Amino acid sequence: MTNTLHRYGAPETLENDFIVFAMSARGINDQGSVEKFQEFLSIARKHGPVNLGDATKGGVFRPSKSLNPLAHWFRKDERDPERLVAHVDQPTVVSAVFDNRESLTSFLKEIRAADLGLSINISSLTDRADELAREAGITRHSVEYSLGFFGALDKLPDRATLSLATMCGHGMISFNFARKMIDWVKEGRRSPEEASTYMARFCTCGIFNTTRSCAILNDCSRRNRG
Amino acid sequence: MQKSGDFAAAASRAQLPPPAFTPGATRYGGQAPSPAGILSVVRISTDRCVACANCVPVCPVGAIDIDPVLERAVVDQDRCVECFTCYRGLSTEHLNPTMVRTIRKLFGFFRMRFDPEPDVCPTAAIEPQELSWPRIVRRAFSDPLVPHESTGIHGRGTEEVKTNDVTFRVGEGEAGFTIEFGRPTVSTRFSDISRMTEALAKTGVEFEKNNPVTHLMPDPSTGKIREDILQERVLSAIVEIKTRIERVPEMLRTVTEVARGLDTIVAIGVSTRCSPEGRSALEEVLRREGYPFWRGKTNLGLGRRPSVPERMPEAVSVS
Repeated sequence: MTNTLHRYGAPETLENDFIVFAMSARGINDQGSVEKFQEFLSIARKHGPVNLGDATKGGVFRPSKSLNPLAHWFRKDERDPERLVAHVDQPTVVSAVFDNRESLTSFLKEIRAADLGLSINISSLTDRADELAREAGITRHSVEYSLGFFGALDKLPDRATLSLATMCGHGMISFNFARKMIDWVKEGRRSPEEASTYMARFCTCGIFNTTRSCAILNDCSRRNRG
Repeated sequence: MQKSGDFAAAASRAQLPPPAFTPGATRYGGQAPSPAGILSVVRISTDRCVACANCVPVCPVGAIDIDPVLERAVVDQDRCVECFTCYRGLSTEHLNPTMVRTIRKLFGFFRMRFDPEPDVCPTAAIEPQELSWPRIVRRAFSDPLVPHESTGIHGRGTEEVKTNDVTFRVGEGEAGFTIEFGRPTVSTRFSDISRMTEALAKTGVEFEKNNPVTHLMPDPSTGKIREDILQERVLSAIVEIKTRIERVPEMLRTVTEVARGLDTIVAIGVSTRCSPEGRSALEEVLRREGYPFWRGKTNLGLGRRPSVPERMPEAVSVS
């Protein structure tokens, strides 16, 4: 999956967007990896991630299949990171999203010390990842760059919509839904936090950055007010 | 029409190799609970749908509309990529459809509108159905919770350089490309992907063997994707190739030139192994060629594969 590679946005809007994920290679180091994935997530929880995910089960923001109708007025926060950690039961890709460099650096230091033996990647601005990894005493092994979009570019929406929708690289957050959330925030029908949570529930890998989403929605709302 | 689980037999009748993936298979080769468990979200129950339209904007490819005559949500079969977003992503209540329709009509009469949560299907009207070949490939490439049997990986089924610290797939002096079609949320047909892979094959590059799209090429040396799926639409698919770093400018020219003629978006990623000091030889090449390269994925090299010497991965060479 290049799920996190092509997040759209100007560099300054991606400055505090860090997705760290752990995976094993099939047939190489996947034996006995379940406990290591759980440990990765448990360590991540201590450093204040804005989202956590398991690619086979979903993120901490999840839809409910038996919603109480009162949820239209009083919707419970259904995030349950403990359940997410406990339900990892097979080799997978687990991820943690951070919205500041201090949390990321302290997390990297602890992950390095834990010596899980899993492949750990940071998806972010590449220079920033290199810099923060060095701060944690790690020299990068490989790097993959996003060169952007080509082809029928007329099919792409405006910048804000694209920035929101590409925070789920699998395409589970549609342009229309992201646009609808922008409009609802502009109209004052929902807060940026509520709109971000709606979108995060569609991201099955749990890599949607709700802090960045709020910033984008606030920015749209401010521009609307002139 | 054959059932979804019978596609190997169907492919055999068509004298084509069986597909190399099984949507619904568990990550490490095990099968889904049953072939009949391979589901499609092509149906919205007319009995249960109350035309609230919450499902309309959540569809990534805009395949759902409210039929003004039926007064129900309907799915455009051609546009639908079987990504399961509407079925899985919407929360559900299990309200009585008649009651909901009555309330909606009453509100509508007074020009009033209820302001519901936007990610809820109030009557759980979206119903999975069985898929048949070749439509089954749509779900394999569109639903990130379905692992590809050929790679065992969810999402687009690729490991790229994310596990390069243990697979050594891309070495120093080499460049790995991920060429993704249909992203973001635009969708693509395999006919467009085949145009690109055929052009790439002519340059003599290596297609990554352990990649779901390569498995759809009867003969990777031609880059042609099997005929019977060319018109199938998927949310996204990734082609992976590997070259020497010196060939990166040439490959970028080929890819961007072909991309201009396609009816979809092509997203390009390019990767390499860094030097022991953490330097990337690709940056100079990309700077010279004028490509932005400030965002990406960084493999920290914390993966472990003890007691195994570095080796090159097996690749399908056409040169």
